[in-house]
Amino acid sequence: MDLRRAPRTVIDPKVRQVGFVTPGAAPPPARSHSVATDACSTSPPAPDLSLPGSSISPVMIPPPRHASADGLSSLTRPAAAVHVPASPLRHDTVQIPIGSYNPSEILLGSSPMISPSSRLDAGSEFSDEVPTSAWLSRRGSGKFASSFPASSGEMMAMKTTGGGGGGNTPKSSLTTASVVKTLPGVSEKDGGALIEMQNEGTSKPQKQKTSKAERRAIQEAQRAAKAAAKEAGGVKPSASSGGAIPALKQGKVVKHSPQKKDGPQVTAPVTTSEKKVVDRLPEKDRKKDVPHPRMQFDDKHRVEKAKRRAVVNQSEARNRVELFRHLPQYIHGTQLPDLESKFFQLDPMHPSVCKVGLQYLSGDISGGNARCIAMLLAFKEAIGDYTTPPEKALVRDLTAKISSYVSFLIECRPLSISMGNAIRFLKNRIAKLPHTLSESEAKSSLQSDIDRFINEKIVIADKVIVRHAVTKIRDGDVLLTYGSSSVVEMIFLYAHELGKHFRVVVVDSRPNLEGQALLRRLVAKGLNCTYTHINAISYIMHEVTRVFLGASSVLSNGTVYSRVGTACVAMAAHAFQVPVLICCEAYKFHERVQLDSICSNELGDPDVISMVPGRKYLNHLDNWADNENLQLLNLTYDATPSDYVSMIITDYGMLPPTSVPVIVREYRREHLWI
Amino acid sequence: MPDVQALVNDFVLKLKRRKIEGSHASAQHTAELLRSVISHQRMPYTNQAGALIDAVKAVGEQLIAANPVELAVGNIVRRVLHIIREEDLSSTATAIEGLGLSAGSDDDDEGQHEDRPALSAAALAAAARSTLRAPSLQTLLEDIPDSAAAPQPPSSGGDSEGKSKSDKNIRSRKLKHDVIEAINELIQDIDTCHEQISEQAVEHIHQNEVILTLGRSRTVKEFLCAAKEKNRSFRVFVAEGAPRYQGHVLAKELVSKGIQTTVITDSAVFAMISRVNMVIVGAHAIMANGGVIAPVGINMVALAAQRHAVPFVVVAGSHKLCPLYPHNPEVLLNDLKCPSDLLDFGEFSDCMDFGSHGGSPLLHVVNPAFDYVPPKLVSLFITDTGGHNPSYMYRLIADYYSADDLVVKRRSTS
Repeated sequence: MDLRRAPRTVIDPKVRQVGFVTPGAAPPPARSHSVATDACSTSPPAPDLSLPGSSISPVMIPPPRHASADGLSSLTRPAAAVHVPASPLRHDTVQIPIGSYNPSEILLGSSPMISPSSRLDAGSEFSDEVPTSAWLSRRGSGKFASSFPASSGEMMAMKTTGGGGGGNTPKSSLTTASVVKTLPGVSEKDGGALIEMQNEGTSKPQKQKTSKAERRAIQEAQRAAKAAAKEAGGVKPSASSGGAIPALKQGKVVKHSPQKKDGPQVTAPVTTSEKKVVDRLPEKDRKKDVPHPRMQFDDKHRVEKAKRRAVVNQSEARNRVELFRHLPQYIHGTQLPDLESKFFQLDPMHPSVCKVGLQYLSGDISGGNARCIAMLLAFKEAIGDYTTPPEKALVRDLTAKISSYVSFLIECRPLSISMGNAIRFLKNRIAKLPHTLSESEAKSSLQSDIDRFINEKIVIADKVIVRHAVTKIRDGDVLLTYGSSSVVEMIFLYAHELGKHFRVVVVDSRPNLEGQALLRRLVAKGLNCTYTHINAISYIMHEVTRVFLGASSVLSNGTVYSRVGTACVAMAAHAFQVPVLICCEAYKFHERVQLDSICSNELGDPDVISMVPGRKYLNHLDNWADNENLQLLNLTYDATPSDYVSMIITDYGMLPPTSVPVIVREYRREHLWI
Repeated sequence: MPDVQALVNDFVLKLKRRKIEGSHASAQHTAELLRSVISHQRMPYTNQAGALIDAVKAVGEQLIAANPVELAVGNIVRRVLHIIREEDLSSTATAIEGLGLSAGSDDDDEGQHEDRPALSAAALAAAARSTLRAPSLQTLLEDIPDSAAAPQPPSSGGDSEGKSKSDKNIRSRKLKHDVIEAINELIQDIDTCHEQISEQAVEHIHQNEVILTLGRSRTVKEFLCAAKEKNRSFRVFVAEGAPRYQGHVLAKELVSKGIQTTVITDSAVFAMISRVNMVIVGAHAIMANGGVIAPVGINMVALAAQRHAVPFVVVAGSHKLCPLYPHNPEVLLNDLKCPSDLLDFGEFSDCMDFGSHGGSPLLHVVNPAFDYVPPKLVSLFITDTGGHNPSYMYRLIADYYSADDLVVKRRSTS
């Protein structure tokens, strides 16, 4: 908190003055400042301006946004000037939600409704000049400088993606309005583009245009709803499906909005309703944050549905474990030859995606980072080869394409959380493509986005993590790791390069025995290693001084979702008072929460349990599937409770597991404007 | 006698080479060996019990040294020693009784016998107390000095001497006979402890229970099967128990009895334990403090069970009760097995070569055989004498062993 506050005071002293000085004392400095920056708004209510915001949460008004917002407001002022004599029709559209005030509608109708109204208020303020209306002035300045709680960034992004389709229709003032709202969260260059858009949009407030836009929006919404329904089969909540609902709601609201109109509304109701919206925003934001429930495979209806669409022909495994009915389990190896034979027939599938899918299926690519990078590179290639079919918009068609690739990959192997995050990023980028770009420009921008994601979020993040983690290794340490984590391996190698003297204990477990590969690489580099299996963890833990573990994902309740066995290692370390350090890139963080390892997991091939490599005489479980009383369970992940974790090392630094939700929130906001 | 020595050497060799493993097998073999040692032992006229004890101790010392980790061997040696002591006590008791009777019957030398019956009566009482009554503070306080307790051979006239000689001959044979009988009983006990333990299964396993176990233990198997035979339907998760993978064997056996069985990897124990009602495992040995020496991996299971408040039950026959208190048992009472269980020998042998890297190879492979579970992690012991708390183990042990035998070592004089 303190850390966060301090820079704010440095960067933007105005806000602090406003926030902490009594209203009576505040005006003079605030006025001088705001007069300089914001000629059109009244400054006296400025203290109130920040107060509602700070009452919601003091963290929600980060300084850079204000700084950029100021710049933007000055930039957009001409637009406002143009806009001030708003058409009566706009009044109407604006008033409707206020008249038919319904909190949920307003919430879901989201800021396209609000911001025009704010604009209107600004206009009315100009004419009426109601100086006491603190809130109005807030809108006046906040219209462009948008002092909306920053946490709404996510919601706005959703809206932009939903309205992104609307963005295609260039004259939709609704969407542009929402874009203005997102401006605070958008970096300078994007902001510039959007401002242009906004200018364009606001300059033509025609009735026909709006209605056209409305119709368009409805169509969009329906299409999006369909897409969402389709995608609901997929396990991951994706940006497009997330965006579909707001779009739908927005469309609905807009649709019946022109029917109810009361001429020029008094400003008072507007203020109250708007205020409420402001208050509710974080809540609404939180609602959006809740990830979609994943597909439950014990839901027969939906499984049937999903099967009909499936590309990969999979047969259900026999002797399922009752407890894991909700997870997919297929007979391993049956799909592979089938898919390989279809390699040239898979019409919609790009060959590179297909290849990656097969590699997932056969287990050639495993590990969170490797899988994510492979997928992104395949998508990059697919985007490179993509051409927009005639009469289709790139944004929508490409999103649909990516979605179909993703569902194919899911059929090959359930997505990891990191991959889900990467896909969400990509879809976001596609949705946010400025429609002014030509196809080739759009493609190259997407490709560079993908490269940047890989580079910044994985490669450089790993380097940062290594730098952080190495400071925790001292001479004479005995470091324990479990399984094979790429970043932990890098940490060990780097520390070895630095000349630190330490010993590594590699703990491994069946059936994957990934530790052996790690062991081979470490030994080849000359590290002193000890190898053991997970059952001996209590024996070896006596001599260990630190435990470094990788993670597949870190969930926002601090639970570490990782290779099965990690929880056992962390537990043993905790029992022996050995610190446990989790090394995980921040792009793997997810806002989902989980308490146990059963609700969400991945089932591996059960056959590998019955066979022990190198032990031919261990054949007790041959033909296990013939006996219905016997099941083999091969879990892939488990959830480590946060109290076993001493520290999580990410590219944002080293933090306790309790700080994960902060990173998730901050990261996701940033994630939007990468 | 030489054939006994050969037997002993043979058994020692087997123990050293770990040909005989598992507490049940080694306990049984030890008991049988000691039985033949005793039956071949020639009995002296005086202090027969002492002679037997010395002989057993001599053999026991070798056996324990052959495989100090196999605690069941030591347990059986101590049990046999305890048996000898007890039989000796009871036989002297009966002898004194007989002596008292004979003393009462012949009255040619009353003055000499005057005080003896009283003394022997006291000794008898003490002996009876110490055998019949459990040791307690009161017994300790009332204890009669050894000189009094030890029956003195009557040294009166030649007539009585001859009589007592024949009496002693019978007694000596009787002592040996009794001891062998008792050892036979012990062997039988070791064999049937599973049945006695599994009789209690229905008291602990209810309908629809979910049970987790790791590796294979015969006791656990019998325990679960007994519950199944009583028509309890329950589900068992079996962790495979690397690197021996005995869990596969157990799973197969359970399935053949019609028990719903799921085999999981050892690493999935923590993931599954939240849905488990009870953990039932076997043990290698139970220490006097209530700690358990068990196959490797059990401590992990116990920790996970504690985390989720799942009862952790250890089933074990009483021959696994060890009267020793553990010190650093993870290291001292452990056996490091061959690395080839974990790594293919061909792949990493160059890294493990002690010749390279100046005698310290880059790669070590640790493959311990046992785990130590501290008593605080154990909820319940189920032995053939019933269920017990870990804190009660010391008391059970006092029933089976005499305090003099904790260190099995021949006296330097003999």
